[in-house]
Formats: sequence, structure tokens, C-alpha cells
Amino acid sequence: MSAREVRNLLVSVVLLGLCALLPVYGSAYWLTMGTTMAMFAVLATSWALFSGPTHYISLATAAFFGVGTFVTGLWFQSLPFWALPLIAAVAGAALAALVGLVTLRLSGVYFVIFTLGLAEMVRQVFTWVQNQTGARGMYVLTSLTEREIFWMLLALGTLVYLAGWLIGRSRLGFALRIIGNDETVAKHSGIDTARAKVLLFMVPGAAAAAAGAMLAPRYIYIEPATAFAPLLSFQVVIMALLGGTGRLWGPIAGVIPFTLLWEAITRQAPNQTLLLLGLAFLLIVYVLPGGFVGLWDRARRRWGGR
Amino acid sequence: MSKTVLQVRGVTKRFGGLVAVKDMAFDVHQHEVMGIIGPNGSGKSTMINMISGTFAPSAGSILLNGRELAGQPAHRIAQLGVARTFQLVRLLPEMSVLDNVIAGAVFGHRRRWGHSAETFARDLLARVGLAHAAGLPVSTLTYIDTKRVELARALACEPEVLLLDEWLAGLNPTELAVGIALIRSLRDEGRTVILVEHVMDAIRSLCDRCVVMASGEKIAEGTPAQALSDPHVIRAYLGEDDA
Repeated sequence: MSAREVRNLLVSVVLLGLCALLPVYGSAYWLTMGTTMAMFAVLATSWALFSGPTHYISLATAAFFGVGTFVTGLWFQSLPFWALPLIAAVAGAALAALVGLVTLRLSGVYFVIFTLGLAEMVRQVFTWVQNQTGARGMYVLTSLTEREIFWMLLALGTLVYLAGWLIGRSRLGFALRIIGNDETVAKHSGIDTARAKVLLFMVPGAAAAAAGAMLAPRYIYIEPATAFAPLLSFQVVIMALLGGTGRLWGPIAGVIPFTLLWEAITRQAPNQTLLLLGLAFLLIVYVLPGGFVGLWDRARRRWGGR
Repeated sequence: MSKTVLQVRGVTKRFGGLVAVKDMAFDVHQHEVMGIIGPNGSGKSTMINMISGTFAPSAGSILLNGRELAGQPAHRIAQLGVARTFQLVRLLPEMSVLDNVIAGAVFGHRRRWGHSAETFARDLLARVGLAHAAGLPVSTLTYIDTKRVELARALACEPEVLLLDEWLAGLNPTELAVGIALIRSLRDEGRTVILVEHVMDAIRSLCDRCVVMASGEKIAEGTPAQALSDPHVIRAYLGEDDA
């Protein structure tokens, strides 16, 4: 390891330690905020692992997340809780693989629309199944406290980070960057583009589903309409792009301020949250195309340093 | 005669009702520079695209060292040993010059990774005359230098056959001389190259043999001198009166 890698590792460990101790020194309010941030950190970081290099904007987060919450809803009484995120991750990865095989031949806007439709389709399927069986929503009553959910999400976030770091150094990560630059060149350089995209699309699928499984107890009551709400997908995209997808830490740099702002607006003017989403999107498109990461890189280039 | 690397037999491509390439057949031998020439719209690029797997032929067979390429996906064909450049230069815009070349080395015919891929790519950049530009973003390059990067990327695959699709097109006279010298040096290294080209000087000075196409069919084949003096070829280029 180079000196810089050691430094980065140390900084990461210290920051992770500070986060992990939040339930100890923080108030209940900050723990709730921390849990929400941890959730979006997992979702946005894993989203950026795929959508960052490939530039394929996926709006499927809600579909994977919803599947995860339902895994918990269906089996939290019959299985030990630790098994549920694992099952959800497998289910999410399988769904992502299936979707990937069907859609990743689509490019650009077609892919975006399909992934948006996917969440809606999965929601309709769950609703239909519930109607057939006569069930409506599900109560998820567990003894888990907020701090345990927070720690689980933090562990999941660490895993996503490690996965992202490893992928970034792997041939798969390099292949995805080439695909994002020019898919034709990628193919003619020997890259099985369909396989590479499907493999990497499974990562956000698994992570979002696992996050959903962990968060289900927080919602207490789950039903398809809320579990698959498309708003979540848009929030994740905006946060990841606001932070910037060029670096692993980028999405988190978007998650933290955006969550704080969202919370403030929800309290002051609950009907204006969509407006915030729209404004943030305009800001990204017109002022911050590379997100905060882009801003940071430009500043460093201007004022020297590495 | 040295061994046949690429064997094209009965290759036809139809786009709907249009027959772009009809019953093409030719061989490419090892260490040979083979030209494919012909007027605009004669099917040269379609032929190259079928060899490299951009699309599959409607009929016929393309064998690379005895292995069938027809119908295989492009990435598989690249792995089997066909590398190409593009008529309109295609670089990876967000990556450095060096990474553009490494991209060819990692997934191609002979695969490299990490340090070995990087040294190999640096050697190739030096080979095409861009050693100084390794760290630059590709947006800063001149036109001929973007072509050099593309060539280095294709070479990085270590292909059995290198396809150059109008690699010399668009160069000014000075650059053209440099470009021809560069391709000649590839030939001297013993590489096997298929050249689709409009520049007649290049055909004459670079190709061991060439195939002339018109309206999707092969109308002549032989050394450049033979092929270019063939009455069919003169008629295809200049019309009936001059033949």
C-alpha cells in the first residue's frame, strides 16, 4: 500500500468510528437523522457504483428497496433477523440480473424509463398478489431499536464502500469506465459489455434490497404503495449527482447536506419538498455538472496540490 | 507462400432489400498488408464491419486461423485476435491518453493487467510517437495524434489481424507522409494488416496486395499495380469512356 492509501484508510476508519459512536453521544433526533443519512449513503453510493461510470441513470432503487422491505415483512417472524438482509440481497441481485438482461441493451433514455416502470410493475405485482390472498399491508413489529438499525446500515455502508473500492481497482471497474466512455470501443476492445453491465448492476440491486430489509422495522407498517414509492429513486439520483459520482466519497457529500435540507423543508413547508428536488436538479445541471466532487477537483487543480 | 490468417468465403450482407456486399472472397496471409479499395458506397466499410463483428454477415464464412468469426459478437472477435480503428476516430474522452491505450491491452487478444499493461501501453505510445503525451487528456490532442492513440489502442490488443478503416483519411499532406511512414513501419514489423483506404499513394506504397470492390462485389485482386490497371477498376472509378 502506498502512503496515500494508508492515509485514506486511516481517515476512513476514524470517520467510521465517529459515525458508529453517534448513538452514544448524539441525541435521539440526530440518531434518526443519522439513520436516514446512513440509508441514503448506502443507496446513493451503491447507485453510483453502476450509474457513475456507465452514465446509465437507474430509477430502479425503489423496486429493489421495496423487495427488501417485503422480505422482512414476510419472514421476520419465522427467520432470525440477520438472515433477512442476506435473503433480500440475493433477491435484489437476482431481480437486478433479470432486469439487466432484459434492459441493458437499451441505452440512454429508454433505460431510464424502463427502470422507472420497473418499480411500478413490481409494486403492481405485489398488490395483485395481496389482492389474491386477501392480505393488505403487513405489520413489522420487532424489538429492534433505532440504534441497532443505524449500526446495521453503517455496516452495510462499509461493505458497499469496500466493494466499490475493490471494483474501482478491478478489471470490471475499468471495463465499466470504458463502456461509459464509448460502448462501441469497449466491444471492439474485447469487453463483453452486456455481462459487465449486468454484473455491476447487481451490486446496487443487492445493496438497496438489503437496506430495505434492515429498514422495514422502522416503518412498522408496510404496503406496496409506500414500499415502492418512486420518490425514493429520484432522491437517490439527485443526492448521488449532487455529490458527484467521480469518486467513491462523492455521493455521501451529497447525501448529508441534502438530507439536512430535506428535513428542514419537511418541517417548515411539507408541501415544498418536490420543489427542492426540482431545484436541486436544476442546480446540478446548470451549475454543478460534476457535483461537489467536480467542484473539489477543479479547486484543487487551480490551487495546486494533488 | 506464408500461412493464411484470414479467409473470407462467400460473404454477403443484405440490409433489407439492399445488397451491400455480395459473395466476397479473399485471403489475407501472415505479415501481409492487404488493401480494400473501391469507390464510395462500394461496401468496403461493410466488409470491415463484418470482419470485426459490428454486425454479422447474412451469408458466408470468415475464418481467422481456422476459427469461424461470422456471427460471433464483437467482443469475442476482438478476443480471438481482430483489432480495428474507426473511420471516425473513437477515443475514450474522459480518460487519459495512457488509459485509452491500456483499454486495448486489458481485454483483447493477449490480456494484460496492472503494471504489465501499463508498461506495454507506454511502449506502444512511444512506438506511435506519443511517449510525451501519456498523461494528457485526449481532448488536448491534434487530429493526427488522436489517430495515433487509436492505432496504439488497437495494437495493444496484440491482434492477429489489424483493421485500419480509412486511418489516413483527413490528414494534411505533411501528416499523410508521417502516417504512411508509421503504417509502413508496422508492416516492417511483420504485422498482418487490412487497410481500407481512399488515398492511392498509400495503397501503392503500402499494400502487398489489394482487393478492389464496386457495388458490393470484388472486381479485381492482385498487387496494387495489377489491380489498379485492370479495365474493370478503371471503369468503376472513371466511368465507361475512359476504360
